[in-house]
Amino acid sequence: MNARDEILARVRAGLADRGTGAGHPVDWVYGRATPLPDVLGRFVERCEDYQARVIRVAAPDVGPTLVRVLRESGITSAVWPAGLDAGWRAAVLAAGVTVIADDPPLTRRQLDETGGVVTAARVAVAETGTIVLDHAADQGRRALSLVPDFHLAIVRGDQVVSDVPEAVAVLRASIDAGRPLTWISGGSATSDIELERVEGVHGPRTLVIVLAE
Amino acid sequence: MSVIAPDETRRTPAPPPGTFLGMPAFPVNAEQQLANAQLRANLARATATIRAKRALRVAEVPQWEDLRAAAAAIKDRVLANLDTYLLQAEANLTKAGATVHWARDGDEANRIVTELVRATGATDVVKVKSMVTQETDLNEALERAGIAAWETDLAELIVQLGHDRPSHVLVPAIHRNRREIREIFLAEMGRYGTPAPPGLSDDPAELAGAARAHLREKFLVADVAISGGNFIVADTGTLVVVESEGNGRMCLTLPDTLISVVGIEKLVPTFEDLEVFLRLLPRSSTGERMNPYTSMWTGVTAGDGPQNVHVVLVDNGRTRALADPVGREALRCIRCSACMNICPVYREVGGHAYGSVYPGPIGIVLTPQLRGLDSAIDRSLPFASTLCGACVEVCPVGIDFPKLIVHLRRLVADRERTEPGLEPAVMAVGEWAFGQGKHLSLVERVAEIAGRVFGPWRFFRKLPWPGSLWTSGRDLPVPPRESFRHWWKRVKP
Repeated sequence: MNARDEILARVRAGLADRGTGAGHPVDWVYGRATPLPDVLGRFVERCEDYQARVIRVAAPDVGPTLVRVLRESGITSAVWPAGLDAGWRAAVLAAGVTVIADDPPLTRRQLDETGGVVTAARVAVAETGTIVLDHAADQGRRALSLVPDFHLAIVRGDQVVSDVPEAVAVLRASIDAGRPLTWISGGSATSDIELERVEGVHGPRTLVIVLAE
Repeated sequence: MSVIAPDETRRTPAPPPGTFLGMPAFPVNAEQQLANAQLRANLARATATIRAKRALRVAEVPQWEDLRAAAAAIKDRVLANLDTYLLQAEANLTKAGATVHWARDGDEANRIVTELVRATGATDVVKVKSMVTQETDLNEALERAGIAAWETDLAELIVQLGHDRPSHVLVPAIHRNRREIREIFLAEMGRYGTPAPPGLSDDPAELAGAARAHLREKFLVADVAISGGNFIVADTGTLVVVESEGNGRMCLTLPDTLISVVGIEKLVPTFEDLEVFLRLLPRSSTGERMNPYTSMWTGVTAGDGPQNVHVVLVDNGRTRALADPVGREALRCIRCSACMNICPVYREVGGHAYGSVYPGPIGIVLTPQLRGLDSAIDRSLPFASTLCGACVEVCPVGIDFPKLIVHLRRLVADRERTEPGLEPAVMAVGEWAFGQGKHLSLVERVAEIAGRVFGPWRFFRKLPWPGSLWTSGRDLPVPPRESFRHWWKRVKP
C-alpha cells in the first residue's frame, strides 16, 4: 500500500467509533462586525500601537502626501506597482523620486538596493491594526512589499472593516481568484531575546500607512 | 559558556549529542534542569511576561469563550472527518498547481524532502520555524545528504548556532539571555556566513540587526525554502503561516521551490474558519492582537513567488493518537504555547527536561501518543503534572488536559502491569495481603514486630533499596505496636 492509502486507511480505522450522524455542530455566526463607535479612529490607534505611522488625508491630497512622506523619510527611489494610481505616480515623479517599475521583474538584489515601495491594499482591520494585501496590480507581487526596507501603503477609508471576520469575508474573493494574501500588522518585529520587543528584523523596518478618506 | 569547536565534516552547526528517545525519564532530567539557576531565572521572567500580555489581550475580546468553543468544535469536526478533509485539501492543492506528498513517519517525510531538494540541485535551503520538521529531525537528515538547512527564525538561529535544542514552542531560545546570545553570534556567525559586527553589544536591537545582516545574504541567494504550516484550508487548498519577523515571508516568497511539511491534523474545513483561529492564536501565543505577518498562498501563483510548490502531509503518530477516542483531543492543538507559559511544572524545569519537541502540558499529552509508550521518557511524561488544570483555562481550543493526563497515566500503568518490574511485584504482594483477612492479619503481625523494635524512632528516614525509592522523597512512619484490627478484636471480643 502506498503512503497515501495507508494513512487514509489508518485514519478510517482510527475513527471506527464515529458513527454516521452529522455531529460536531459549530455554534458560531461567521462574518459578523465587531461594533465600534469609530472604525477609522480605532484603526489609526491600533496601527500606532504597533509603531506604524498613519497619516489621515482627504482623497485628493494623497499625491502630495506621498511626496512629503517619501521626502521626509529620505527615500529617493521607490518600486511602483503597475496598477497603482497614475496621478500619484506623476506627483512622485515630479518631486524627483526615481520610480521603478517591476517590468521586467526586478531581481532580489535590485529590490534589496531599492529605497522603498509604495502599494495599495485590499482591506484593513481596525481592531487589530492590520492591512491585508492580495497582491493585485495596484499592490504588486509579494517580493515588492517585502525586500525594500520602507513600505508606504495607501488604504481607502471604505476599505477599513471593524474586525477579522469581516476582512475574511472580503478576502474570500481574492482566495477564490488564486491570489496570495499578506496580512501586515505593524512592522516586522521579534521578541525572541528575553522577550524584549525589537522593531524591524527582516521585513520592511518602516511601515507608513496613508489613510485616504 | 563553552565554545564548541567546528566540525569540518559538517555544513551546519552540530546539535548536542544524543536523541530525545535516549533520554532518561522526566524526573531525572528535571532534577538536572532545576540545578541551572540561570535557566530558572530566564524562564520565570519570560513566562510571567507572556502570561501578563496574554491576559491583557484576551480580556479585550468579549466573545472569547464563544471563540474557544467554536474553535474546539471546528477542530473536532476536522478530526471526525479527517479522511474527507485530507482528500478535499489534496484535490484543491493539486488543482492550484501544488504537488502533494504523503509521509507515514518522520523518516519517510525526510526522504521525500531530501529527494525534492536534490532534484533542484540546491545544496542550501532556508527554513521557516516548523515544529513537525523538528519532530522528524529533518535538518540532520539533510545534513547527512550534504544539504545545509539554515534556520531563519531569530530564536531558531540562536539555537542552531548555539549547538543547542529548542526549549519552547514559540520562543525556542527562552533559556538563553542576551549575553549568551552575543557570545554565540560572535563565535559562530562568521563560520557559516556573514559574521557578526566586531563591536556587537548585547542590546537586543543590535543582536537582531546582526541576525538580519547574516540571514539577508542567505535569503537573497536561496533557491529552496522549507516551511511548516499553521493551517491548511480544505475547501480552497490554502496554506497559512503565522509569524513575526518576516523571515517567513522571505522564505515563502523569494525562492523558486517551496516545500511545506505539515501534520495531517492541521486542517480547517473552510477559509471562513480562519476568522476564529486568527483571533485566538496571536492573543494566546504572543499576547498580541495580531502577529506582524501572516502569509496565505494557494499552490502556485503565476509570476508571484515560488513556482515549484510541494506540500508533504505527515502522519508520524497522529493516526495513533486519532485512534484513541479520549486522547485524540490533543490533536486540536494549534501550537500557541499558552499551556506551557502557565504550567507550574514547565516554569520550573523548562523545555529540555521533556525529551520532546513539545514541552509542557501539550507535550505530556501529545508526545506519548505520537511516539507510543515504549521509552522511559515517554512513559514518564504523563506524570510531569500536578493536575492543577491551569492549562485548561488558557487553551484556545479547550483541550481538557487533566482528563487526558489521567487517561495516559492509566495506559502507562496498564502497560507496566504486564511487564516484569518492582511496581507489579509490590502490587502482587498487595493483592495477596488484601485478598484475605488472614493474610492481612499475618502482614499486620510482622508490622507490629517492626513497630515494637523501631517504635522510639517514630519515622524511617532512610531505608536501604527498595525502601529507598520511597524514603528518598518522604518519611515512612514506623508502624504502630498494635494494628487497629487486632486492637478491636481485643477490646470487643
